[in-house]
Amino acid sequence: MSADVRGLVDDLLDGHQRALARTITKIENREPGYRDLVSALYEHTGNAEVIGVTGSPGAGKSTLVDKLTETYRDRGHTVGVIAVDPSSPYTGGAVLGDRIRMASNVGDMDVFFRSMSARGNLGGISTATADAVKALDAFGKDKIIVETVGAGQNEIDIVRTADTVAVLVPPGSGDEVQTLKAGILEIGDVFVVNKADLPGSDRTVQELKEMIQLAGDTGSPASGGGHHGPDQHALGDAEAGADDDEDDEAGWTPSVVETVATDATGVDDLIDALAAHREYMSESGRLDEKARTRTAEEIRLLLREDASGLLERELDRRGGIDALVESVRAGETDPYAIADDVVAPIEDCLDERR
Amino acid sequence: MSVDQTQRSIRCLVAKVGLDGHDRGAHVIARAFRDAGFEVIYSGLHKAPEDIVQAAVQEDVDVLGISILSGAHNTLVPKVIEGLKEYDAFEDTLILVGGVIPDEDKADLKEMGVAEVFGPGTKMEETIQFVRENVPER
Repeated sequence: MSADVRGLVDDLLDGHQRALARTITKIENREPGYRDLVSALYEHTGNAEVIGVTGSPGAGKSTLVDKLTETYRDRGHTVGVIAVDPSSPYTGGAVLGDRIRMASNVGDMDVFFRSMSARGNLGGISTATADAVKALDAFGKDKIIVETVGAGQNEIDIVRTADTVAVLVPPGSGDEVQTLKAGILEIGDVFVVNKADLPGSDRTVQELKEMIQLAGDTGSPASGGGHHGPDQHALGDAEAGADDDEDDEAGWTPSVVETVATDATGVDDLIDALAAHREYMSESGRLDEKARTRTAEEIRLLLREDASGLLERELDRRGGIDALVESVRAGETDPYAIADDVVAPIEDCLDERR
Repeated sequence: MSVDQTQRSIRCLVAKVGLDGHDRGAHVIARAFRDAGFEVIYSGLHKAPEDIVQAAVQEDVDVLGISILSGAHNTLVPKVIEGLKEYDAFEDTLILVGGVIPDEDKADLKEMGVAEVFGPGTKMEETIQFVRENVPER
């Protein structure tokens, strides 16, 4: 490890804001040495509670994160926030607009707020975000909130770096067919109907509860299958959202919380719901399980990155991808033959070493 | 494209400090910077100098553009610069000031550490070009 990196790690662990900021930049830019940096921070991680917040644009995520942060601060916790915003696929430019809504915490240096752009990078951004979370964790933040626009698979990967995921659903955000669609609604541990003072919020809460109930009845992995079989609740049952004790043994039933972020109504309920999920995760052993899965994913991802780096260099050595494409176009070879050709010597090397 | 390649992007904070309530210019410059491929963070209106320092330090921006139309630049800009120095962020932040700044004040601001002052009518390309040429090497 270079002296620069060592110094940066020491400063970060000593609590220097600038060192934390610079570390995240290095991670984001994948500057030389960033891997050593994350490596060195690793042993200092694992103490923070990581919360993901996602939802459609305009759902009120930033305002809610602001109030959530303020409440955690009032209770004596330190907070780190990472807000991920999309970037232009054409220029790479971005306006990272969430900081503006962190008004309640402005000037409070115990809140570390960092904006990150997606940089048009599929997959890479979730690695960078996960590594930035580690930096905040090593820095000593108690709560780390990762906020992102829930607009695609990429964003779903990001919030998966969290132990608990809150999905914001604005009132009147569509008919029940929307809640049947795959994707964003499947990742929520806690659903938040923000702007609950608007008309239509009761209905949205009801629809979410029905959706959760339905997922439980159809034997999703989380609910432990046949448990509900004999005494299925009727669809639309008013009690649909109320879980019984048996449910807790079998799995987590997502809760539905109503908030009005602009005046912090319901924020305490949300914190209770997040804490309840955390407790469930911890007591059921799922927190460890999730951490293990995440570590496995991390190892695989790094290996894939390294391997693809190796392969890129090998492609360059063989005249570059363009030349190979030309030879395929000219009918001299085909992509499968090329792939076999490039990978074969690597396989041989690995076999020899075994 | 190699996966190891660094993904450097110029990060800018566009800031409004003090009581000045006009941010149309700040919006225009934020948008122009975005279209130039920069990552732009906008502070919002009515920020105290320490708020701007906090944002610049935590976001680790390369460029801090302060837009001031109120005439309070002589009191506010030095406070921001002091704050940046306190967090060791002054050396590698390019500080720009935009707005209505009398000629006689420009020299003082530059003396303090402002890299350039852009008055009304400055072409957007000129500002963007200046950023590209003067962004601090790290």
